[in-house]
Amino acid sequence: MIVTSVEDLLNWSRLSSLWPMGFGLACCAIEMMASYASNYDLERFGIFPRPSPRQSDVMIVAGTVTFKMADRIRRLYEQMPEPRYVISMGSCSNCGGPYWEHGYHVVKGVDRIIPVDVYVPGCPPRPEALIGGFLKLQEKISNEHPLAPTLLLEIEKENV
Amino acid sequence: MIFSEITQVLTEQFGIDSFSVVNQKANQPIVQIQANQLLELCQFLANDERLFFDYLACITGIDNGPTANTMEVIYHLTSIPYEHNLAIKVIVERPADGTPPKVPSVSSIWRTADWHERETYDLVGIFFENHPDLRRILLPNDWHGHPLRKDYQAQDFYHGIKVIY
Repeated sequence: MIVTSVEDLLNWSRLSSLWPMGFGLACCAIEMMASYASNYDLERFGIFPRPSPRQSDVMIVAGTVTFKMADRIRRLYEQMPEPRYVISMGSCSNCGGPYWEHGYHVVKGVDRIIPVDVYVPGCPPRPEALIGGFLKLQEKISNEHPLAPTLLLEIEKENV
Repeated sequence: MIFSEITQVLTEQFGIDSFSVVNQKANQPIVQIQANQLLELCQFLANDERLFFDYLACITGIDNGPTANTMEVIYHLTSIPYEHNLAIKVIVERPADGTPPKVPSVSSIWRTADWHERETYDLVGIFFENHPDLRRILLPNDWHGHPLRKDYQAQDFYHGIKVIY
């Protein structure tokens, strides 16, 4: 017999099947694919790429975000159902990376378009680093309060 | 055919004054011509039985900046059956108001020039006359300016996203 709260159960179930959207932008995507493959096997964390944003929980922005791609990324993010999370993988999507000064075509950080939950540094990050990013995201999800009546609590706080 | 033999053929056809040779001592000397002669010369290079340059390997666009006030287009040609190569250079004046300088398109001779010229137009801003479809090829259609120009200034915002770091 296991005794737990509904909230913990919900969080546990959500963090145990994080389905990322299956897309990559540049060389970071190669490391991301290596993380999915048998050596690092992300599926042991329940992480399995989905072909559609409608079925995804997390978006891994793996690679250089160009201005041409920025509109598409924003739209894909908007198509994901809530709750949704974003992992920014690698220097380019964190801050523009090597293109930060002379790259006229590169968005200097994907957080200028969509909110980012976890930043994974590296150029490109090794699969271990991406797994580390996922563990951080799981940590974040396990501390969430999906059932808390946030609006009510806010009103209560204001009226005290 | 070596370079001197190719220039010999060109001299016979177009006369000694029609072109000049730059980079003489380098591995690949360049034949420099006027923009208005480009189409005629390229047609000859592609069709002549002795030369038969059937492959346009590369088009390079160069901006020499506002001080030199010139722009260059360099064509690298190869003859696949004869295995000889040639580089042609065209220098055009660079209008001060930022309008693209004009060079005739060679896409009617080599189909591959279509995309090469679009890229040159996109990044350096050289207008190719009589090109079938001169649009930007890499950057989005609503982009401002040509990024590989020496005096290029990036726009502040693109679709609401700040461009500079």
